Parts: sequence; C-alpha cells; structure tokens
Amino acid sequence: MSVAVDAPAARTVTTRGYFKNPWRRPRVLQGVTLAYLLWSLLPVVIAVIFSFNDGRSRISWQGFSLRWWTQDQTDSLLHDAAMRQAMAQTYKLAAITVLVAVPLGTLFAIGVDRWHARPARMANFTMLLSFVVPEMILGVSLYILFTNLLNGLVPLGTPAQMLGLITFQLSYPVVIVRARLLSIGPEYEEAAMDLGATPSQAIRRILLPLISPAILASVALVFADVVDDFVTVAALSGPASSETLAQKIYAASRSSPTPEVNAAATMMLVTTLFVVAVGLLLYRRIGRVQGGSNASDFMQL
Amino acid sequence: MPEIGRGASRLAKSSDPGGVWYPSWYWPSFLTPGSIWLAIMFVLPFYVVFAVAFGAVDFGNFGAPVPYYAPWWWSFDTFNETLSKFYAGSAFYQEPLIRTFVYVFSATVICLVLGYTVAYFAARSATRYKGLILILLVSPLWISYLMRIYAWQGLLGSDGPISFMLSPFGLGDTNWLEGLHVTVVLGLVYGYIPFMILPIYASLDRIQESLLEAGRDLGASGRQTFWRVTLPLSRPAILAGIVIVTLPMFGDYYTNDLLGSTKTSMFGNLIAEQRTQNGGSTRMSSLVLILAVIVLVPMLYYLRETKRAAEQA
Repeated sequence: MSVAVDAPAARTVTTRGYFKNPWRRPRVLQGVTLAYLLWSLLPVVIAVIFSFNDGRSRISWQGFSLRWWTQDQTDSLLHDAAMRQAMAQTYKLAAITVLVAVPLGTLFAIGVDRWHARPARMANFTMLLSFVVPEMILGVSLYILFTNLLNGLVPLGTPAQMLGLITFQLSYPVVIVRARLLSIGPEYEEAAMDLGATPSQAIRRILLPLISPAILASVALVFADVVDDFVTVAALSGPASSETLAQKIYAASRSSPTPEVNAAATMMLVTTLFVVAVGLLLYRRIGRVQGGSNASDFMQL
Repeated sequence: MPEIGRGASRLAKSSDPGGVWYPSWYWPSFLTPGSIWLAIMFVLPFYVVFAVAFGAVDFGNFGAPVPYYAPWWWSFDTFNETLSKFYAGSAFYQEPLIRTFVYVFSATVICLVLGYTVAYFAARSATRYKGLILILLVSPLWISYLMRIYAWQGLLGSDGPISFMLSPFGLGDTNWLEGLHVTVVLGLVYGYIPFMILPIYASLDRIQESLLEAGRDLGASGRQTFWRVTLPLSRPAILAGIVIVTLPMFGDYYTNDLLGSTKTSMFGNLIAEQRTQNGGSTRMSSLVLILAVIVLVPMLYYLRETKRAAEQA
C-alpha cells in the first residue's frame, strides 16, 4: 500500500530539485566530491608514476624504467650520495623526535589530567599555544634563539632541527593522550589501589595499557609529521649534510628537477602512509580488545 | 592492607580532590619535564625575539644583531624602521602584506565553500563508500605538503598537461608559474583544504538525523532545514576550520616559491629571505613579531573554543 502512495510523491520531489528532499540521491554533491577527490589526489599519483619515467622529464612519458630509483649510477635515489644522506637525516630526525616527544608528551598529558592547580593550567595553556602557533613563527624564533642567546651551544643543523621538531611535536601526544585519559577517568586506578597497588604500580599496570592506543597513535602521527616537515627543518638547517628529503624537493623544484626528486617524494609518501597505516591497524586491534575506542584519535589532527 | 592505610593517611596532605591517593608532589612531577622543555624551547625564544627586534644592529659586523636582553634598554628604532616600511610607501614591503591578506581571504573562502560541500556529502549522503571516501579525504594529510605542491608544479609547467588541456580555451600559452595570483591562491586552497574538511565533516557527522527530521516535520523545507538547523550546528566547526586553515597560510612562503614568482610573494617570503641578508636577523625578528600580532586573535579564539569544547565534553 505504502509503496503505491510513496511513488508519485518521490517523482514530484525529483522534479522540484535537490533541496526538497535531503534523503534523495544528491547528484551534484556526489559530482563535486568526486571531482574534488580526483583534483586532490590525481596530481600526486601522476608524480609517483613519473618517478618511473625513463626520460628526464616529469611531464612527458618516455617509458617505464627504474632509472631514477636504482639504475642510474649517479643520479638515482639509490646511488646519489646526497639523496641517501637526506633520507638518513629525515628518518633520523623522525626517530629521535618520536623517542623524546612522545614520552615527554604522555607524561605531560597524565600530569595535566590529574593535577588541576594553577601551575598545571598555565603549563597546559602554554602547551596549547605551542599547538596552534604557526610553524613559521616557532621555527624563526628558535633560529633567533640558537643564533643569539644559545649561540655556540646549539649549532644549526641536526641538533637545532631536533630540538625544534621536538618542541613543535610535543603538543600532539599531549592532545591525543589527554583525550583518551578524559574518556577513561580515574576509576580504574582507584580500583587498583583499593586492591593494594601502589600509585606507580597502578600507573604502570592499569593506566599505561589503557592509554597505549593513544600513545601508539602519537608515535605514528609524530613520525609521519616529522618526515613531511619542511618549515622547522628548513628554518634550523645548517650544513648541507643536515638537509632532509623535504628540503631536497624544495631546492630541486626551484632549479630543474629530474624524476629523481619524484622518487624521493614517493619514498617519503610510502614511509608516512606505511607508518600511519600500521599505526591505525595496531590501534584498531588494541582498541577492539579493550573496547570503546575507534579511529577518533587519528581524526583529531 | 597497609597500602590502603598509607594512602588514606595522605588524604590530609593533598589539596586536590583528584589526587587523594597520591603525595602532593606526585602529579606535578609528571608535568615538570615537559614544562621545563616548553619554558626553554617555546617561551624563551619569544623573549629572545623581543630582545633582538628591540635591540641594535652592528653594521660593522655584517649587520649582526645586538640583542638587548633587559627590557629597560629596549630601543624601538630598528623595529619602527621595519614597521614603517609597511605604511610609508615601500612597495617592496607593502605589496606582499596586502597580497597575503587577499590571498588568505580568497583561499579561505574557496576552502570553506568547496570543503563544506565535500564534507556535507561525505557525512550525510555517502553510504556505501563512506569509509573509502573518508580515507581519501584524510590521505592528503599524510602526503608531504611540498610533494603535493611539487606535483602541481610539474603539471602547470609551460608545456605541461594543464596548458595542453586548456589550449582549446585560448589559454594554451599561459605560463601558469610566472607569478599569477590565481595559481598561488589555488595552490594554497589545494594545500590546506583537507584541514578545513575534517573538522566540518566531524561536526556534520555528529548531527543526529532526528534533528533534521524534526525540522522537516515542523514544516521546514529541505533548504530551510539546512540553513536553520544544519548550518548553525556546524558553525563552531566552520570557525575552527577557518582558523586552522588561515594560521599556516599567513606564514606560508613555499607555495609561492614553487608556484609563483616575486610578483606573488607573501609575508612569509619577506621573513624567509631575511636569513641571508645584512641585518636580516633583526628585521626577521621584527617581522615575526608583526606576524604574531596578525595571527594573535584567531589563535586566542581557537584556544578559547577548544577550552569551551573540553568543558562541555
């Protein structure tokens, strides 16, 4: 019965346009979204494909080869000493930043979550400020610090880049872990201590496992973010040996880039997507065991 | 048993209700390392920027900065000189400033309109492929910004596919990388629009269908429901998106370096090019302070909104 009644109504709605019925198929929105996705991802896909180009051009295809990846004895990603150094520098900075920023940020998040006095609020405000401040401002400020007050103490290059990246990334684990802590609440630890655990035991055996998905998400996000970072790394770079892949892309794009640069960019892309994908999978797995967590931590940033 | 007794005896010492089980130094000790780090690496640099911007320049020594660390020594001569270039008719400084505002405004408007449309579709209408669409929407965040702009640089080159595609429209000979406003603005849109889409998507996704149904039941048309229910409910996310997108745009210089020329240089370019110049450190500090003032209002707005959202949650 109801089908017979609905059918003519649906037809009039169709003729009256898209806004009459929000539950009909929105062709315009669909078209715009599809066009947007193509626009946003196709250029990157093309850049990746042209890293396998046989010629020197990054726009006219001259056949498939691994010339710019492995085969060229001087200008391929594998054999170009400067490029190899840039890769090593990129991953070194990413690893160090993760190793320092994530533990520091996790401790900070626990502290802010459990201690609400004025100093804690001030520290939290400063942390949030460092979260929203444009990277350009932070990078230049640190450059001024390292070349004036701390001149000679922190040389530009790896040490300065490391300190700068840790400072810029510190707030990410704080925000992610804090969100998780807010949803957990102090009850589990209190229960553990009721049952005789000391405070540090409660943290190690109850709280840490509970926030481990958030810590994992932070590791993936910070690592991927540092690999992609350009502003901080460029502002604090010193000798040529401290150049990262992002800086190589920047420098090459201002002269005459070969598909080797595409290969380097693809390398960055593969690394970050791999790290984030592995992080997300592990996160899901732990989350499923513990329940109550979804991909929201990844969506926040 | 003795553990509980000990914990309870600490009750009197602790002033914080959340910390009844812990000695008073316990939670503060978690905050200490991060706070010290932020004090040295985040607060201190700003102080040094002030000291350099309000200090002197040693022209005998390649324009090396002479920072004045004591606030009562601060002289505003060099800072004022830099600042005055923005209003005293030096096109070299004025034009990038005006351009920055125009670019950021246009790019933000395009980001908002296009981003809202896409987020709306992904949140409300995409059914079968929602997961896939979401992954595709998020993925640009994990692709290096430089790589994404670099990819466009190749496509926009003088004999590249974009020129070829547009040649039927008489645009085949346009050199898109020669310093065109439209290229740089679209480059900014391309770079930052994912940051606009995600918060709007998250907020639209949270709106309960029953609210929209209620609007329709009470006689509103689909269009009215959108303007009077959906849009107001997503307003905080729109504002958050605008702030997240504009903050980095104000400091951006690499988009223009890759896709534009000196004809399209922005405020960020002014700062970046100081590094190699005589007296550059002092000017750089002054420019960073000016930039900080420009972005202060959106920054504080964002912090206030985040705090409010956290209190409501």
